[in-house]
Amino acid sequence: MTTLTAPPKTAPPPAHTQKSSGIGKWKRRIPLLPALIFTIVVTQLPFVATLVISTFQWNILKPGDRHFVGLSNFTFVFTDERLRTAVLNTVVLTASVVLISVVLGLGLAMLLDRRFLGRGLARTLLISPFLVMPVAAALLWKHALYNPDYGLLNGTLNAVYRLFGASNGPTVDWVSSYPMPAVVISLVWQWTPFMMLILLAGLQAQPGDVLEAARMDGASAMATFRYITLPHLRQYIELGVLLGTIYVVQTFDSVYTITQGGPGSQTTNLPYEIYLTMFRKYEYGEAAAAGVVVVLGSIVIATFALRTIASLFREEVSR
Amino acid sequence: MTHAAVAAPGARFKKLLRSKDDPNSPRLSPLWTFVAWLATLAFFAPVAWMVLTSFHQEADAATNPPTPFAPLTFDQYKLLFSRDITPFLLNSAMAGVISTLLVLLLAVPTAYALSIKPVEKWTDVMFFFLSTKFLPAIAALLPVYLIVKDIGMLDNVWTLIVLYTAMNLPIAVWMMRSFLAEVPKEILEAAEVDGANLFTVLWRVVAPVALPGLAATSLICFIFSWNEFMFAVNLTATQASTAPVFLVGFITNEGLFLARLCAAATLVSLPVLIAGFAAQDKLVRGLSLGAVK
Repeated sequence: MTTLTAPPKTAPPPAHTQKSSGIGKWKRRIPLLPALIFTIVVTQLPFVATLVISTFQWNILKPGDRHFVGLSNFTFVFTDERLRTAVLNTVVLTASVVLISVVLGLGLAMLLDRRFLGRGLARTLLISPFLVMPVAAALLWKHALYNPDYGLLNGTLNAVYRLFGASNGPTVDWVSSYPMPAVVISLVWQWTPFMMLILLAGLQAQPGDVLEAARMDGASAMATFRYITLPHLRQYIELGVLLGTIYVVQTFDSVYTITQGGPGSQTTNLPYEIYLTMFRKYEYGEAAAAGVVVVLGSIVIATFALRTIASLFREEVSR
Repeated sequence: MTHAAVAAPGARFKKLLRSKDDPNSPRLSPLWTFVAWLATLAFFAPVAWMVLTSFHQEADAATNPPTPFAPLTFDQYKLLFSRDITPFLLNSAMAGVISTLLVLLLAVPTAYALSIKPVEKWTDVMFFFLSTKFLPAIAALLPVYLIVKDIGMLDNVWTLIVLYTAMNLPIAVWMMRSFLAEVPKEILEAAEVDGANLFTVLWRVVAPVALPGLAATSLICFIFSWNEFMFAVNLTATQASTAPVFLVGFITNEGLFLARLCAAATLVSLPVLIAGFAAQDKLVRGLSLGAVK
């Protein structure tokens, strides 16, 4: 039986009021201080640095020309054609990957929630795409599957065409002709198992007696799904969408490997664009400003995400 | 239902068994079983193709139409080791193992102070850790690069270790807290009343519940470090490069390289595949930061 969130038995901190003297408080805090300090130093200070760098004109190809320029990098960021494209690409890429993976993951989870021959094996095989190293997966799709000359996709098409008497199948250059779908599909392939696992856990946490009662009352399968399963799954779907979004927004490996952001800048997402600004154009000021904008964007998404997780969490703690 | 989950180890174990294959759960019809297997094989096909191609000769790997039944060989793997994949694997292993140990060293006491003896406003602390996970790593790359360059730590595994520790710490804190929260409070209190010392309590009461959680947490942290690419490719050059960097680096020229690529991809994915299959049941919990069991 799976349940959403661990249920600690306590309501918010126990009423050990005799211990809330200063010394007692600090004694309790000691174990978490190393982790807290480490996290602040390694994750927060770089962002302060980014903020500072973003106000400088700084290109290492022009040494000696580093000076304070105020907010002009941000003016550049907001008016730059390439960056606008990158923002749009990031939204398209993230939204399609997350939505398609959730839908496919839900379908697979509903199948795997039932018993069938070899269910355990099927589950094991299904999670394997998620366990392949992302860079390896990207290379696999680019060279072994999408390659126009000897990739498995065209190879299979060719074999099928020959089977029906044609001399040769079509030669589709998948990555050049459909760059964004090519990246999206490789990522959907990796993320669907993740969504499936979360949704399957949700399905298995469904109280069996409610489903039993619905069946007794003669509810159709559709109605049961629409009115019982889907509302129950809502918070699992939200969790999957939010976690998926956080990870997929940061996609770097696949773009770097499959398309290098091309052709042109058709698949350049924000992380890749920032990387290019930093290590190809050496415009540190602009890269930092773009970084600040990405952080601000992430904070917006994160606020929603944190709110959802917080509500799950409160539910759990108050139980 | 929720309280039963922490009731007694025995009951929990029975529940676990039942969830494995609930005899009351309905069966799929033959048609849907077929659909389920078709979908499964469609998702698994690229992995199968990768492994199969890794055992072929280059000439057989790059044919059109494909020749899945070509003779098998270990040549690609031999070639990989003769072309020095070993240092890259060692760097990856070192970055993965040491950062995971550091993460546990920091996360376990933190989780203790967030669940068993919670500090005031412990939920705020939890959400501070989580919020750092939401900040995109790419925005930190520039300052990290500049600082690391300044102190002469570019191309050094320890740089990756520190970064991976920070990257995985929030996940570990959340996971470990969710496991420690399952330690039965009554037994803790009873032990305290009986005057058991801290070590005894930790060893006899906390450890039995927390150890499986510890294993799951280390596995997840190891997987994320092992797979990390963005910092690895930008902060290392020759000495400290990890396995993913090797992968993108050895494809320099077009030509017959597909079988070797598949062998390398299989080899570097193998540790995570094995770990992931072994810990299937704990995978969801780790990936959802302990929110879904």
